[in-house]
Amino acid sequence: MNRRPMNKQQITLSVNGRDHELWIAPSDTLLDVLHDELGMADVRYGCGEGVCGTCTVLLDGDPVNGCLTLAVQAAGHQVTTLRGLMGPGEAMHPLQECFLRRGASQCGFCTPGMILTALDLVRRTGRPTRDQIRYALVGNLCRCTGYTKILDAIEEYADQ
Amino acid sequence: MVAPAFEYAAAGSYDEAVRLLAENGEEAKILAGGQSLMPMLNLRLAHPGLLIDINPADQRGPSVTDSLLRLPALTRHRVVLEHDLIRQHCPLLADAIRYVGNVRVRNRGTIAGSLAHADPTSEIGCCALATGARVVALGPAGERTVPASDLFAGYWSTTLDPEEIITDVLIPAARPRQGWSFQEMVRRTSDFAIVAVAVIVNLAERSGDPASATVALAGVADRVVLADPELLTGDPDESAARIADTLHPADDVHASGAYRRRLARVLVSRALREAAARAAL
Repeated sequence: MNRRPMNKQQITLSVNGRDHELWIAPSDTLLDVLHDELGMADVRYGCGEGVCGTCTVLLDGDPVNGCLTLAVQAAGHQVTTLRGLMGPGEAMHPLQECFLRRGASQCGFCTPGMILTALDLVRRTGRPTRDQIRYALVGNLCRCTGYTKILDAIEEYADQ
Repeated sequence: MVAPAFEYAAAGSYDEAVRLLAENGEEAKILAGGQSLMPMLNLRLAHPGLLIDINPADQRGPSVTDSLLRLPALTRHRVVLEHDLIRQHCPLLADAIRYVGNVRVRNRGTIAGSLAHADPTSEIGCCALATGARVVALGPAGERTVPASDLFAGYWSTTLDPEEIITDVLIPAARPRQGWSFQEMVRRTSDFAIVAVAVIVNLAERSGDPASATVALAGVADRVVLADPELLTGDPDESAARIADTLHPADDVHASGAYRRRLARVLVSRALREAAARAAL
């Protein structure tokens, strides 16, 4: 039987193009490890149920809930957080610039998840309609006031 | 909240997963997409000692043979949404899956995981009933096939043995002169259904009149349910009223039982009309 003991095991986690050797518990979520172990402030605990989108990361390019994925499941895959989109010297991604220009971020807590989810949508559809943007972002909750400006920012980016 | 500690085993095959289930008894749970199980762990609604991860067990994609659409257990909701074979051979499911979760949930969530979770508001369970789907269940004694109509046992429970897992979902492919409709009422997009209805209508060869129909409902009982075919009269409004009269949905925080029954009547009527119209195209 290949059942593992409950104590920690070592994995290699590839995050934003860099490999990290980590000791993790089998029950650690990807969110736990990225936020608590690697100190990544751009991956956030919101609801723990897959509803709010603040823990969004890209797993091999696809948006997933960091709170519902086990860290051990991410070993051997490419994990990308918002920071992974940025260029040398923390140069902003064009979609981040659109968010800034349009005032699409207020407290900013939801913003990394919004941007990663929107980027996936634009990569897949090219120029999404406003309805497609709303549908894709239904699982990214904003509680400030960003709604319309977020849509505007994503449309501006898709038009570039 | 944080999930209680558990152990983890990756199963390289379904056989290995069944063996691990048999060895570990009730403390073990199968981890597929994790979009229902992991929230239950994070909210501490479940305390399994061991998660058996079947994600490494299967790389197959959807296929069709002899008018039967075969969806491997790990078929993600996103694949159901986007795959040409599913849109062509089970347009009902391809349409209904739009109501399931959000982008991230659909990237990980699986068809068999959803069926095994057996949520009474499940769109996928509702479609499985309407289409006459079957699941292939693998256990220590081998494989057996279970019709969706025999699968659901009550709130979040199935008739599968504790040592069985679903490996495939088999759906009869859509036929000519067949129409479908999926109707759902939710307060907010991506919420759990208050009531959902899936309907398949078959037209008679000669007359073009509706010859048979299957009506499945979610959100009206402790499981997804099939309406008794005897209640169908040929008139959508009358059929819907007769079906709604047999339902006794419970009150809960989302809606009263009376409202759910009313919704069932309205949505079944709409679905019967739309499915018949599609069948006649």
